Amino acid sequence: MAHIQKRRGYEGVALTVPVTVPYERYSIRGAHWFLGQAVRALVQGSGLGKDQIDGLTVSSFSLAPDTAVGVTQHLGLSPRWLDHIPTGGASGVMALRRAARAVQCGDAEVVACVAADTNHVDSFRQTLGSFSDFARDASYPYGSGGPNSMFAFITANYMRTYGARREDFGRIAVAQRANALKNPNALFKRPLSLDEYMAARPISEPIHLFDCVMPCAGAEAFLVMSPERARDLGLPHVLLRGAIERHNAFADDPVMVRGGWAMDQGDLYAQADLQPQDIDLLQTYDDYPVIAMMQFEDLGFCAKGEGSAFVRAHDLTVAGDFPQNTSGGQLSCGQAGAAGGFIGMTETIRQLTGQAGERSVAGARHGLVGGFGMVTYDRCLCTGAVILGKSE
Amino acid sequence: MTAPFMKPPRKNPVLRTRQMNLPPGARGRVALGLTAAAAEGRFALQVCADCGALQYPPREACHRCLSPRLPWQAQTGEGELLAATTLAHSNDLFFRERLPWRLGMVRLDAGASVMVHLHGEVGEAPCRVRVGARLDRAGQAVLIGYPEKGTAHMADDTMLREMTSDPKHRKVLVTDGKSPVGQAVARAMAQAGADIVWVGHAEPWKQLPGLAELAALPQVTLVPLDVTDERSVNERAGEIGGKVDIVVNTAELHRGFGIAARRGTDVAKSEMEVNYFGLLRLAQAFGPALKGRAADGATHATAWVNLLSVYALANFPAHGTFSASKAAALSLAQCLRAEMRGAGIRVVNVFPGPIDDEWNQNLPPPKLAPAALASAIVKALRDGVEDVYPGDVAQEWLARWRDNPKVLERELAAGGM
Repeated sequence: MAHIQKRRGYEGVALTVPVTVPYERYSIRGAHWFLGQAVRALVQGSGLGKDQIDGLTVSSFSLAPDTAVGVTQHLGLSPRWLDHIPTGGASGVMALRRAARAVQCGDAEVVACVAADTNHVDSFRQTLGSFSDFARDASYPYGSGGPNSMFAFITANYMRTYGARREDFGRIAVAQRANALKNPNALFKRPLSLDEYMAARPISEPIHLFDCVMPCAGAEAFLVMSPERARDLGLPHVLLRGAIERHNAFADDPVMVRGGWAMDQGDLYAQADLQPQDIDLLQTYDDYPVIAMMQFEDLGFCAKGEGSAFVRAHDLTVAGDFPQNTSGGQLSCGQAGAAGGFIGMTETIRQLTGQAGERSVAGARHGLVGGFGMVTYDRCLCTGAVILGKSE
Repeated sequence: MTAPFMKPPRKNPVLRTRQMNLPPGARGRVALGLTAAAAEGRFALQVCADCGALQYPPREACHRCLSPRLPWQAQTGEGELLAATTLAHSNDLFFRERLPWRLGMVRLDAGASVMVHLHGEVGEAPCRVRVGARLDRAGQAVLIGYPEKGTAHMADDTMLREMTSDPKHRKVLVTDGKSPVGQAVARAMAQAGADIVWVGHAEPWKQLPGLAELAALPQVTLVPLDVTDERSVNERAGEIGGKVDIVVNTAELHRGFGIAARRGTDVAKSEMEVNYFGLLRLAQAFGPALKGRAADGATHATAWVNLLSVYALANFPAHGTFSASKAAALSLAQCLRAEMRGAGIRVVNVFPGPIDDEWNQNLPPPKLAPAALASAIVKALRDGVEDVYPGDVAQEWLARWRDNPKVLERELAAGGM
């Protein structure tokens, strides 16, 4: 007999103290340094003692051979709840979902969700070849372009199938650069025009320079606790309204044209009791513009295949009618490894708690954050999304 | 359409010789099944024995039914190119030095998406392609997307030439031209477009049948070379070692009988001197120079071919000591392959059955004609194959050996062929 238990909601979960450890193109320090500075900023920003952080999630690519376990000793933490979530671009959503349940169930009261990576001059190349069994066996020996060549296939196939043009992707990159100019932590400081985008050198056709993120070092972090606790501590916070994740979705699609969001977006909006038009700002996972465009579609902002028309019809800057990647995203801030999976989360917390400075989106009440991670072979396997809301 | 590969201009001797950087060679143990098939020129993928699902990338469990029974099965490679890209940037030195480099994503009709190196004649996506497996310069299998119908010079595609060892415009050393096989190989190399074919002969003062006619070919130069004499081998290596692109070791001493038919070890020692120590001497003298020129222009040093015997797999008692010397040579050839791998020089092992020559006079047909053996060697170089079992007898022995080596041993001990 079928036994269907209704999944519990995410009530009673607050996110607070968004932390960004400033990005650097290259660093001579290790991942532990960035993790340490992120936790330090969480402690300082919350007024909590280090010993009051009783839950910890760690996300990193450059921590090996350590895991979250080694981090506890390194940083002198003694949490009663611990998770290691090395899922890159999906790690922010996944860390939050797990931390939320720990807080709801009382397994931990204050969970620090931390993502950090260092970037040495040769780190990126070394990561690529050993990223996964499938990458080692079936993609890296083919030109060693890393995700660039896989996303070239995905982008080329998307363009052919739905008639998207390079200019459409350019609009995403150009708008994000405009947003980044208002973000002091963004590594890219110069404006980007559509002409410059179009004239950029090819990397792996149809991927050109400004379609790619720049690997860098840095960290992002936030705290998860009950709203009551956040209020008692006097911390500006946002509430978790809904959260989904999905892995290895649509495995039979010969080339990726949609992500797992398309499977679960109904669930996401139902949890939040909201519709796509209620979302005031969207943080997509933007390792390549085509993936941002897919999130517009698969998260319900437009129909499948209409992403290019959507970007032509909307202004994606913080002052526009569809604010997207308001920090500049990874395309303009840099990709600090696994912290790239957290950048939308910290930005949304800042936006909804009045900490986004001159890039604040006026009157924003609800933000949606997409997660997307782990190209083990020919596509990203992990997708997720959360909706965050203002606390009042 | 691929432009025919033309003879490159002479190298400027002042310029530094480019060194070899191999493509990524790491593979998991399961994925090496692809390499094992490609080493013999076959394209095989895992297919689930329980539910029939095609698996790629190689796996430990069926992605559909979780069965662990995933035998490798030959594939036709028919499929559709879904997307293509041209790399203008790579994180790996091998590719960085060879940009731009074309790649594709192909959906096999049998049901898996595979990333491939793309042949230049393949058009824009979407289009039909044929996928095959080749060994790359690291000696590991890679998949290649070929045009459905190729043109005359498709083998001259720049990417494909990186996977093969075509003798065209190359300089070849055939270590012994005394035997019919040595002479057939030299002729085949000349016919395949080799620029120079040096042919060794151990006793230059002797007028051996066929040698004069061979030397009359414009590509052929006879050189004194006695593989049993370390000084002779070193002298020849000093003279031409830095120019040779392909070594084909045809030097072989073959006598009949096993243990009881003879007194003493003289004949067995002579066989070992040529068949085993000869290879060792040649490898020590010519190997380093070959390795040093593995990326030296479009006609870089590329391959080392060993004439072994299918008797190297299992002793054929009627030719017992010869079999033993070839087994020793096979073992050494595996060592040579491992040592040459770091430079991307391919070691090709050839395992013929009985050759139609004087020492196999008493064996029944079918026997392998020297010219057929020579063609098989040229084909192996052109196809980038690593292990070759030319002829029906060799193929049958291989099948029996693979099926059950112990059963084959018993059959051979009972006087079988």
